[in-house]
Amino acid sequence: MKLHEYQAKSYFAREGIPIPRSRLATTPAEAKQIAAEIGYPVVLKAQVLVGGRGKAGGILLVKDENDLDPAANTILNSKIKGISVQRILVEKAVNFTQEIYLGITVDRALAQPVIILSASGGVEIEELAVRHPNEIIKSAIDPLLGLQPYMVRAMASHIGLDYALWKPLLQIALSLWNIFHQLDATLVEINPLVITTEKELVALDGKMTIDDNALFRQQDFLELADQAIETPAEQEARKFCLSYIQLSGHIGCLVNGAGLAMATMDCIQQAGGEPANFLDIGGGANADKVQAALRIILSDENVQSVLINIFGGITRCDEVAKGLLSILPENTRNLPIIIRLEGTNAEQGRMMLAQAPNLMIAESLMQAAEMAVHAAERAMV
Amino acid sequence: MSILLTKESKIMIQGITGREGRYHAQRMQEYGHNVVAGTSPGHGGEWVLDGKVPVFDTVEEAKRSTGADTSVVFVPAYHAFDALLESIDAGIQLIVCITEGIPIMDMLKVRRLLAEKECYLVGPNSPGIITPGQAKAGIIPGDIAIPGKVGIVSRSGTLTYEVALALKRAGIGVSTCVGIGGDPIIGTSFVDCLELFEDDPHTDQVVIVGEIGGNEEEKAAEFVLNEMTKPVYAYIAGKSAPENRRMGHAGAIIEGNTGSAESKITAFRQAGVKVVSFPEEIATLIAAVLNQKGA
Repeated sequence: MKLHEYQAKSYFAREGIPIPRSRLATTPAEAKQIAAEIGYPVVLKAQVLVGGRGKAGGILLVKDENDLDPAANTILNSKIKGISVQRILVEKAVNFTQEIYLGITVDRALAQPVIILSASGGVEIEELAVRHPNEIIKSAIDPLLGLQPYMVRAMASHIGLDYALWKPLLQIALSLWNIFHQLDATLVEINPLVITTEKELVALDGKMTIDDNALFRQQDFLELADQAIETPAEQEARKFCLSYIQLSGHIGCLVNGAGLAMATMDCIQQAGGEPANFLDIGGGANADKVQAALRIILSDENVQSVLINIFGGITRCDEVAKGLLSILPENTRNLPIIIRLEGTNAEQGRMMLAQAPNLMIAESLMQAAEMAVHAAERAMV
Repeated sequence: MSILLTKESKIMIQGITGREGRYHAQRMQEYGHNVVAGTSPGHGGEWVLDGKVPVFDTVEEAKRSTGADTSVVFVPAYHAFDALLESIDAGIQLIVCITEGIPIMDMLKVRRLLAEKECYLVGPNSPGIITPGQAKAGIIPGDIAIPGKVGIVSRSGTLTYEVALALKRAGIGVSTCVGIGGDPIIGTSFVDCLELFEDDPHTDQVVIVGEIGGNEEEKAAEFVLNEMTKPVYAYIAGKSAPENRRMGHAGAIIEGNTGSAESKITAFRQAGVKVVSFPEEIATLIAAVLNQKGA
């Protein structure tokens, strides 16, 4: 789960990482009041969970009160990469001489946390990694011991940081590790961490991602969840513990197992079509789950045909057939449904479905994909 | 014949009194007749599976009393870290973790501890291991594969079943099938399994079922190129997956330049691995190779 800048910064502040004075506003009037309190110039920053928000017009500098209304209106009425801006952070503008990158993340290949520092902050780290890989220094952290001061000193020395800033950097880095470790983050990032004209380190921006698997012990974040990034169908799917991602194609898929769901999408593409979604009903799914899943697919107006691919291991094919039969009356658009059943009780499931309307049974995954693509093409002519 | 798991393995189930644990313990017992113990804190002294398998409070006790060397973990995600540490500390040689949803920080610590131990952890978020005709540890259906000489190592459950069943229908058997799990941080890697298969005299060829996310397939390709003499086949799921979305498995995500299907397919092809475009094709391909050899 990704956190907004203002949420990340509240954790930074709690751990003693210096941030500029700021508060959240939802209207221009509110923004004006906050700006008056913290003093001009201020920066207005759209709180949306997309990268490159500055370039997309989501960050504006406001020199005085006269400029505030138009700037606040512009941002609050804008959409950034398709997401409408609901909240802006009003923040005291900071003069700085250099931008640094500091972050902690999980290195999958090493299976260790790593701390990353670069003297060239301000751009996205992925971009920096491509353009100036030599300017990034990484250090692996032992998860049992935590970040150690010598690692930070070595990195500070490596990037030629002014010695006067080593101690503040160390404090910020240790705080960042505490946040990462205690809050089950998979990423905490300060970019940029600036050196101000007063020779101080200040976190100008903040990113945090919390491990979804850890939400059972990080319950603060359940309330912070920003549901705007999920489509209504995705929210509905979550209620039924279905793993669902909406895509832009015309062939709805209902599959058990994440790997098989991906493979099914790939086969659809190979047969010349595009999947409308990823949907994994999970192991041991019952009739209710199948019903909920198919209802979500049928309600997607892009969908022109449906491919159901079930490999019964723990999941029983007769259960799937039962769920399917009960929902078929809701197929009011008479969408063609192609089904492939394999594994536990497959024969029984096929027999139950043999007489069902708009339903075709396929013998293999590839054949099912081809049938679904043809059916969708016919429907779109 | 096999890697990791044989009919000699002595299996214990961590979480044997839970719904999933009990159900699958029964299936494992029917298949391999080698479930020797279960654990469930507070249930020590009970007997399960028709009164034939003893339950202990702790892993240490179960191991001491029954000689269990393999543990299959079914405990919920919020207790799994503790359960894994308990097994590692008790000196269990093979831990198979079925549990899905274990926090990454917990797995980073487990990996750090495992680095100092002689212990294989398969998973988490794994369907388990099956050595057809001998034993199974986990939730892989027993009737999905027949004994033979093809090794399978996979990040996905149902895709593993697809490949195994397609092989079975073509009359081709499996030495051992290992589901290494769909999480970003797992215990045993593709490379670990390839190493074991390469050294196993009863495995002639190996099938890798990979998917988007991370770079374990790329590392496997490098290992195949430099260290392997046996033929390797691969299937990679997720060619059509969008970037930055987790495709069901926590580990199945394309991040920036890392983890795309193209990168993995290219790496395998460059290592001389035959990459198929849909799972069932693996059986066709291996059958063709075997027929040619037979002719």
